[in-house]
Amino acid sequence: MAVKLMQGNEAIAKGAVAAGCRFYAGYPITPSTEVAEVLSRELPKVGGKFIQMEDEIASMAAIIGARVGGLKSMTATSGPGFSLMQENIGYAAMTEVPCVIVNVQRLGPSTGQPTAASQGDVMQARWGTHGDHPIIVLSPISVRHSFDLTIKAFDFSEKYRTPVILLTDEIIGHMREPVELPDFKTVKIFEHSVTEKPADYKAYRNGPGDVPPMAAFGTGYRYHITGLFHDEVGFPTQRLDEIDPWLERVNTKLTNHMDEIALYEEDYEDGAKVALLSYGCSARTARHAMKLARAQGQKVDLLSLFTIWPFPEKQVEALGDKVDRIVVPEMNRGQLALEVERIVGRKKVRRVGLANGEMVTPQMVLEKMGG
Amino acid sequence: MSQHILDAAALNQDEALIPKSGWFEQSETLQKLRKNKKFPTIWCPGCGIGVVMGALIRAIDHLGLKNDDVALVAGIGCTARMPVYMDFNTLHTTHGRALAFATGLKIARPDMKVIAIMGDGDALAIGGNHFIHAARRNLGITALVVNNSIYGMTGGQYSPTTPLGKRATTAPYGNVEPPFPVCDLAIAAGATYVARSTVYHALELDKFLAEAIAKDGFSLVEAVSYCHTTYGRLNKLGTAADMMRALKDNSISRTAFDAMSPEQKADNTKIVRGKFVDIDRPQYTAIYANLITRVQGGEK
Amino acid sequence: MTTPRAGTGTTTKMADRTEVRLAGEGGQGMILAGIILAEAAIHDGRNAVQTQSYGPEARGGASKAEVVISSGEIDHPEVLEADVVITLSQAAFQKFSGSFGPDGRLIAADKEESEKASGSIKPGGWLIVDEEKVDSSAAPKNVRLIRLPITKMAVETTGKGITANTVALGVLVGLTDVVSREAIEKAVTARAPKGTEDMNRKALQAGFDAAERVKAKK
Repeated sequence: MAVKLMQGNEAIAKGAVAAGCRFYAGYPITPSTEVAEVLSRELPKVGGKFIQMEDEIASMAAIIGARVGGLKSMTATSGPGFSLMQENIGYAAMTEVPCVIVNVQRLGPSTGQPTAASQGDVMQARWGTHGDHPIIVLSPISVRHSFDLTIKAFDFSEKYRTPVILLTDEIIGHMREPVELPDFKTVKIFEHSVTEKPADYKAYRNGPGDVPPMAAFGTGYRYHITGLFHDEVGFPTQRLDEIDPWLERVNTKLTNHMDEIALYEEDYEDGAKVALLSYGCSARTARHAMKLARAQGQKVDLLSLFTIWPFPEKQVEALGDKVDRIVVPEMNRGQLALEVERIVGRKKVRRVGLANGEMVTPQMVLEKMGG
Repeated sequence: MSQHILDAAALNQDEALIPKSGWFEQSETLQKLRKNKKFPTIWCPGCGIGVVMGALIRAIDHLGLKNDDVALVAGIGCTARMPVYMDFNTLHTTHGRALAFATGLKIARPDMKVIAIMGDGDALAIGGNHFIHAARRNLGITALVVNNSIYGMTGGQYSPTTPLGKRATTAPYGNVEPPFPVCDLAIAAGATYVARSTVYHALELDKFLAEAIAKDGFSLVEAVSYCHTTYGRLNKLGTAADMMRALKDNSISRTAFDAMSPEQKADNTKIVRGKFVDIDRPQYTAIYANLITRVQGGEK
Repeated sequence: MTTPRAGTGTTTKMADRTEVRLAGEGGQGMILAGIILAEAAIHDGRNAVQTQSYGPEARGGASKAEVVISSGEIDHPEVLEADVVITLSQAAFQKFSGSFGPDGRLIAADKEESEKASGSIKPGGWLIVDEEKVDSSAAPKNVRLIRLPITKMAVETTGKGITANTVALGVLVGLTDVVSREAIEKAVTARAPKGTEDMNRKALQAGFDAAERVKAKK
């Protein structure tokens, strides 16, 4: 494919098609709507299906239903819609149904500013639904990265049977950059394979391995799926000897695989005592600031996180051991900075947060790096 | 068995006898129940939901469907616990969202028979929006609404089908909200098959459910039931058997209703049982399959 | 209160980085003009990032497209302090043609509107306005202000006011050379609806010609 100027949201839609997504359900909301518009056009071309639902609650429900029926599925939304999806995101986590939720963050709370950018949903993406639950949250920094991380999102969601949230923002979602996409045929897609006979199949067996393969409805593996605590075959249970192993498996199935799940980029210099740590659109500002500082002879490290949940504790801890100060620019009032503080201690962290729809500027970052 | 119960069920003593051994194995329809799930059900003894489950199994059995080809999708509530007891593909979802989950499943598996099982609160309060839109789209789903006029599982709060003036734990002075007519709502929203019966008229339910499941379009069956544990107690309506008998006494067939004069119809307070709509309209998944064919054929 | 912006943008600009802001009211096609400019930069073999901001209105309001052009990587994607601003409406002019004051605060081209300002132009930068749509008397004093009847030129050239964005691109490229003329022509015709390629080529040429007349006068 040739180099083409492409929008971030369009790259997400293309990434979904490349990753084998064959069902999309969504509800129009700025600034995510382009994802739906592109997929309504592209999915039928590959035999996939698109539906515009009556609201975001229904959209989330429909993508889970479709995945239960065997189609890889996705929805896209922004703040208010993301809030509405939370209950069913928890359902997907509880029932271990793979699905991808794109949140193109806009300024909130409430209606906020629909066309203004934000990174204000970092904590909601982790803890938006009730109860302890596993979740993976990825955050792209460019148009091409939006394509690549969408594919990763599908890969992780299938491999670990978990909802994956692609947490992008209005800047990256609406930005246009030149990209050259790979041939979709070269994209590897994870497929579940069930080897047991239907009579022996346990959709929620605890071991061997921590992610049992998922069978689709209508393939001869009929079983029960419920949002209630359930036993290995999916039936509701209140027995602690059935609940506890499940809880343990589901809440550690991601943290056990952080070597694969933690996606990040380190740009470190020997002897640097100050570091920048960021993600999403603000990671671009951080890189800009890093280059300026280095041009002026200052040593500085940059850690860009692409996986933000589960939080890459190991990488951040190592950075905290290396430098005296970590500056965390983000378009909120310090949500990811809280996690950084948890790992390296408050004294090492300098927050640079804007929650008014404006991007943090390189100048603001530079000022926090000094003295 | 007491005469009281036999009367309510319109049975004589012989018919009511249950074979002492092997009765489960001898019944073909009961083989649709899950053997590996410990019974009894969570329902109160005397509940009408079990009758609906029986009717559903008999309807599926009558149509000769394979267990693998049927999916039951439910929301939350007493009725929504029904699928777990049956040996099909069963999806117990979140409150009010059965039809939204069913929408995704039906689109992914157009060849499956997808049946959404809901109570009145599940289908019409929290799930009301999904109900009308599923009907509007004419997705090939059967919506089975068991209407007992109350939120049973949470202990007897008024629902969108609680009659005016009736008591509930959240309507201690009587309900001040008029109820939804379930079938009328489905008809207005575009359902292609709409029928109503009661748990007293179990064989009629069998028939309506079989027709609804066979329908290639959005179909609704309203099964009027009762909740003696909450609604009956709060409104002094007696035992389960009393409430079952009341369904017999306080319902009429559509044929009888149609024969009434306009004045009689206006004054009628009885439940009208019957089939109200049975029409054909292009079904969503068929339309979409056609769209895919057109697009893949090069249409821009 | 808007959050004060720290410092001016000039100190944080990278060397090889050209920043262009195209502004107008919704419906004038300035966001499309930004996309076309970015595509032209790619035709020149350079890198470009295009971002945009707009209000809730599909028509009217003040909208802008920003294009950052570089031969290398572009990190911070938005304009920090524009090298070139072109604006076709009064509201967009007031909002997006400001300058940074000594205290680092953004001052709008209209003092009354300073609280709403969200875009500046660097000292010595180009500020191109449609003289019939914009009262530019409050423009920053330290910029190269170019006043041309862009929409009128569009109507006179093609008979259609909607080609004003193409004329604007011609003026912008003709004056500033942020991309090559060949690249912008290629990008404009590629984006033009079928059957309107010639019309858009003419509109672009009208912009080039106006730019030449301005240069000749100086």
